[in-house]
Amino acid sequence: MFKDSSLHIAARDSIAWWKAWLIRLIAVFLSLIVCAIVIFGLTKMNPVEVYKGIFDGAVGTSRRTWVTVRDTMVLLLIAIGLTPAFKMKFWNIGAEGQILVGGAATAALMIYAGDSMPTPVLMILMFVASLAAGMIWGIIPAIFKAYFNTNETLFTLMLNYVAMQIVTFCIVYWENPAGSNTVGIINSATRAGWLPALGGLTYGWNVLIVLAFTFGMYIYMKYSKQGYEVAVVGESQDTARYARINVKRTIIRTMGISGGICGIAGFLLVSGASHTISTSTAGGRGFTAIIVAWLSKFNAFVMILVSFFLVFMEKGAIQIASQFNLNENASDVITGIILFFILGSEFFIRYRIAFTKAHK
Amino acid sequence: MSTLIIFIQKAIAQGIGMLFGATGEIITEKSGNLNLGVPGLMYMGGIAGLMGAFVYENGTENPIGIVGVIISMLCALIASGLGALIYSVLTITLRANQNVTGLALTTFGVGFGNFFGGSLSQLAGGVGQISVAVTGATYKTKIPGLSKIPVIGDILFSYGFMTYFGIILAILVSWFMFKTRKGLNLRAIGESPATADAAGINVTLYKYAATVLGGAISGLGGLYFVMEYSGGTWTNNGFGDRGWLAIALVIFALWKPINAIWGSFLFGALYILYLYIPGLGRSMQEIFKMLPYLVTIIVLIFTSFRKKKEYQPPESLGNSYFREDR
Amino acid sequence: MVEAVNAIELKNITKRFGTKVVANDKVNLILRKGEILSLLGENGSGKTTLMNMLSGIYFPDEGQIFVNGKEVLISSPKDSFDLGIGMIHQHFKLIEVLTAAENIILGLPGRMNLNMDEVIKDIQALVDKYGFEMDCRKKIYEMSVSEKQTVEIVKMLYRGSEILILDEPTAVLTPQETEKLFAVLRNMRADGRSIIIITHKLHEVLALSDRVSVLRKGKYIGTVNTCDATESSLTEMMVGEKVSLNIDRPEPENPREILKVSGLTCLDNEGVKSLDDVSFTAYGGEILGVAGIAGSGQKELLEAITNLCPIAGGTISCVSEQGKEVVISGKSPEHIENEGIHIAHISFVPEDRLGMGLVASMDMTDNMMLRSYRDGKGIFADRKKPKALAESLINKLGIVTPGVSTPVGRLSGGNVQKVLVGREIAMNPDILLVAYPVRGLDINSSYQIYNLMNEQKKKGVAVICVIEDLDVLLELSDRILVLCGGRVTGIVDGRIATKDEIGLLMTKGHKEESHV
Repeated sequence: MFKDSSLHIAARDSIAWWKAWLIRLIAVFLSLIVCAIVIFGLTKMNPVEVYKGIFDGAVGTSRRTWVTVRDTMVLLLIAIGLTPAFKMKFWNIGAEGQILVGGAATAALMIYAGDSMPTPVLMILMFVASLAAGMIWGIIPAIFKAYFNTNETLFTLMLNYVAMQIVTFCIVYWENPAGSNTVGIINSATRAGWLPALGGLTYGWNVLIVLAFTFGMYIYMKYSKQGYEVAVVGESQDTARYARINVKRTIIRTMGISGGICGIAGFLLVSGASHTISTSTAGGRGFTAIIVAWLSKFNAFVMILVSFFLVFMEKGAIQIASQFNLNENASDVITGIILFFILGSEFFIRYRIAFTKAHK
Repeated sequence: MSTLIIFIQKAIAQGIGMLFGATGEIITEKSGNLNLGVPGLMYMGGIAGLMGAFVYENGTENPIGIVGVIISMLCALIASGLGALIYSVLTITLRANQNVTGLALTTFGVGFGNFFGGSLSQLAGGVGQISVAVTGATYKTKIPGLSKIPVIGDILFSYGFMTYFGIILAILVSWFMFKTRKGLNLRAIGESPATADAAGINVTLYKYAATVLGGAISGLGGLYFVMEYSGGTWTNNGFGDRGWLAIALVIFALWKPINAIWGSFLFGALYILYLYIPGLGRSMQEIFKMLPYLVTIIVLIFTSFRKKKEYQPPESLGNSYFREDR
Repeated sequence: MVEAVNAIELKNITKRFGTKVVANDKVNLILRKGEILSLLGENGSGKTTLMNMLSGIYFPDEGQIFVNGKEVLISSPKDSFDLGIGMIHQHFKLIEVLTAAENIILGLPGRMNLNMDEVIKDIQALVDKYGFEMDCRKKIYEMSVSEKQTVEIVKMLYRGSEILILDEPTAVLTPQETEKLFAVLRNMRADGRSIIIITHKLHEVLALSDRVSVLRKGKYIGTVNTCDATESSLTEMMVGEKVSLNIDRPEPENPREILKVSGLTCLDNEGVKSLDDVSFTAYGGEILGVAGIAGSGQKELLEAITNLCPIAGGTISCVSEQGKEVVISGKSPEHIENEGIHIAHISFVPEDRLGMGLVASMDMTDNMMLRSYRDGKGIFADRKKPKALAESLINKLGIVTPGVSTPVGRLSGGNVQKVLVGREIAMNPDILLVAYPVRGLDINSSYQIYNLMNEQKKKGVAVICVIEDLDVLLELSDRILVLCGGRVTGIVDGRIATKDEIGLLMTKGHKEESHV
C-alpha cells in the first residue's frame, strides 16, 4: 500500500464512455452487496427480502413513489444550484444554510401574508423572497472570497449554523401550539401558501420548477457568455484576468445564482412539501447534493439518476428500519456506504493500473 | 462568584470535546488532508465507546469502572480510526476529492451514531434505556483531595481525567509537531508533499498515519461527550454541531494545538454564554448561540486580511498527491 | 593500472509517458568518479526525465542502472539518497515556511528529539568549509533565488551526496553568481565528488565540464571530451545537422511612436518596488527586446502595459497614427472602449501559456473565445467565428492536433505556443507583447515564432519581447531594453551591443545586494 514500484499507476488519456459507466455500475453493485450484508447482519432478513423491502419502501405505493419523486426533485435542484459554484471551483458547502434561509423566508410569508393575498401573487412573492434570501446567504462569503480570498469552504460551512440559529430564533415567534418549540403545520386549515397541485398531480409544480431550472442551468452553463466566464474563472483566475473577465464580479454573481437556487429549494421544501419549518428542514440535503453534483461531473442528466438512486435507497432503508423498529438513520449509513464505493470507483476511471515486473 | 465558577466549569466541559476533535484534525490537516468527516468520526467514537461499555456492563455481574473505561476507550479509538481509514483509502490511495469524501464520511458517521444509539436497546433485545452508569461515573470522577480546595479546586481540579488527558494530548502533539524530526517531516508534507517526497520521506505512510491517528483522537471527543459530559447516556443528535465547531477551532487556533486549548475554552464559553446573561429572552438566546460561528468567521476573515505566511493553512491542504503527476 | 569504477552507468534506459511519448529511448550514459559531466540537449530532449530516474522521481520502463559498479533499483527518492545521489531540481524542492536548516535536515533519520541548535552548528561547519553564504535560520520565503540554490546544494552535501546532479542551475543566476557556482562545483570535484550538470548553454559546457554527453529527442547521441569539442561540433550533435543560427532581422520601416511609458512604478505584494521609474518608447515596425535576469520586473512591465497589474506611479500612453496621445494606464478596458479612445490594440503572449494565456482543459474553439466571447449582443456567446479561426490557425501555422475539440493542454509545447501566438496575432494588434516566446520549444517551432514576430514588425506593429537567451535577443531585436531590479539600466542598439555589455547592465546595482 505504501510503495508503488510494483504497481504502476498512470493517468488515462481518455476512457470509452461505456467503460466508465461499467466501472460505476460495478461500484454500485458492490455497494448494494455490502449494504445487503449490513442489513442482514442487523435484521437477519433474507437479502432478497431486503431489496424487496427497499423497493416497497421507495415505490411500493403511488404515494410513496410521489414522495420519492418529490425528494429526488429537491435534491436535484440543490445539486443544480451548486453546479455553477463548483464549476468555478468555489466550494459552496453552505447549501444547507441557503436552503434554510430560503425556507424561513417562505414560512414567514406563509404565516404573515398567507391569508391576505391571492394564491398566485403569494406564490410569486414566496418564490422571489426565498430566492433573495438564498442569494444573500450565498453572496456574503463570495464577497469576502472575491476581495480577500477568505477560505469559502469554511466560511460557507459556518454560515450553515448561523442560518440554523436564525431559524430557531424565528421558531420562538412562530411556534404553534405555544410551548411546543415547533412551528407545526402552517395554515393547516386554509392551506394558504401551500404549493397547489398541477393538473391533478400533487407535486406537479415541484417537478416542473426543478426540471425548468435543470434545463435552464444546462443552457446557461453551456451557451451563455456568463457560463463561459464561470468556466474560465474555475480553471484559472490568471487566465480570467488576462481575458478581461471581472473575476470578483463573476464570483459574486455566480454565488448569488447558486445560493438563490438553493433558497428556492427551501421554498419547495416548505411550501411544496413539509408546510412547516425547523432546523432539520434541509436535513443534510445540502451536503448530499454536493456529493451528487460532484459525482455527476455536473452533468444534469446524471444528476437526475444519482439523486433518484440515493433518495430511492434512503426511502427504502427507512422503510426497513421502521419495519424492524430500528432507527431511521439507517438510511444515512446506507447512503454513506454507497457514496464510498462510487467515490472510490472514480479512481479506476481516471487511472490505469498495471503490474510491472520486478526489475531484477 | 459561584456563578462565575460554574460558568468556567461548564465552558471547559463544553470545550474539551471540541479540543479532542481539533487536536486530531490539526494532525490530519498538517499532513495536507482536510477531513470534513470529523463530525462523523466523533459520533462514531462516541457510540462505539458507549456500546463497548454497554456490552461489558450488561454482561458482567459487578462491572468495574476502570475496565469499562479501558474497553470504551479502545472501542472509540478503533471505530473512529477505522472511519478515518476509509477516508484515507479513498483520498490518499484512490485520490478521491477530500471535501466530498469528508462530507460522505460525516453523513455515514452521524448516521452510524444515531442508528446504533437509537437502535441499541432494540438490537440488544429491548433492554430499555441505554445507560452505562458505572463507566460513566468513573469518567466523571474528580481528582480526589485537590478538587475540595475552594475556588481553585473547583476551577482547576473538578473534572474527570479526560479533561486533563485532552490538554496533555494537545501539548504532546504540539511538542511532536514542532520539536521532533517526525513532526518536521509531517509539517513538510502538509506544505509540499512533492518536496517531502524528494527528501526521502514516505509521504503515503505519513498521510495514512496522521489521518488515522488524527481521526482516532477526534473520535475521543465524541467519547468524552457521551461519557463525561452526558454521564454515559446517548441522545440522538445530542452532539449537535460540536464536530463542525472542532473544525472551526482548528482555523481559530491557526493550526497550533496550544492555541486550540485556550481556544476550546473560549468556544465553550461562547457556546453557553446565553445561559449566563441575565434578562435574555428566548429569542435573544438563539442569537447568542451564533457566537462561536461568528467568531470563527471573523478569525477567518482576519487571517485572510493579514497574509502572514505562518498563519495560513498548510499549503497543500485539500490536494491529493501523486508522484508522477508533474 | 586499476580501472576506475564509474560513479554511474546507465544502460539502455527507456521511459515512456502514455503510449505515444517516448521520453528516453535506450539511453546509455557514464559518469566517471571525480568528474564534471555536462548533459547537453535541447529543451525537451529528455535530459531532465533521464536524471529524474536517477533521483527516484520516475521509474524506468526498461534498462539498467549501475552505481559504483553495482546494479541498483531506484524506486523512490529515498533509494536515491541512500546511494549518495543528490539532485538539485530546476524548481527548488524547498518548503517556503521552514528555515534553511529545517529544509536541510528534512527527512533525515536521527534522534526523535530535535535540537535545532546542534543541527545548525553542524550545517554551519559545512557552510564555512566550502565558503557558502547562507543564514541557517532564515526562512525560505525570505530568500533570493541564488540563496535558495545555495540551500539546495548545502542540503545535498549535508546528506553526504557523492554524486550531484544539477538541472539547469544557471538559468536563474546572474553571470557573477554563475561564476561563484562554478567555483564551488570545481571545489567539489577536487574533493572527489562526481557531478552531472544539465544545460543547453554551450559556453558553460566548455567552461566547466570534463566530458559532454548529448541527448537529442530522447535518444543518446554520444559523449566527447570537452577539450576536443567546439561550439559548432556540439551544436551539430545537439540539433543533428548544421543549422544556421542566423535569425532574420529586417530593417525597421517608417518607425513611428506607438507606446510611451514614463516613470512607471509598480509595487509587489510586500510593497517592494517591482518596477521603479521605468521610461521608454516603443516604435511601430521594430522589435524591442527586454533583457534582465529572472524576476527583474519583466513580468510586471508587460502586465502593467496590459493593465493586469496595478501601477503605483507613472503613465502609459498610446499614440495614434495622427499623433494623438492618450493615457491608457489606470483605466479599465471597458472604460477605454466606452470613451471611444480606442487607439491601439494590444496583444499579449504571456509567459505562463497554459496558466494565463490559455485554458488547458478547454478546446481550441473555447480558447479562441477568450478574446472574443463578448462580441455580439445578447447573453449567448458565439462559437462559430472562434471555431473558424481555430481551423484556419491549424492550417496556417501547421498546428498538430487531432482536431479543434481537443483540449489544448494535450498538445505539445510548440503547438500550444502556436495556438496562443496565432490567436493574439489574429486580433490585428498595434502592439504585440511577447514573454519568453520560445521557451521549451524545439528549433523549428522557435524559428516559426521568430518569423511570425518579424512578420508583425514588417506590418508596422510595435513588438516588445522578453527573451532570456541573450544570443537570440541580440540577433532578433532592433533595440534592447535592460532591466535590473525593476530599473531600466540601459537601452542599447541590438545591432551593435555585445553580450558582455548587456550582462553588465543586467547586474548593475545588484552587486551590493548579492554580497550582503
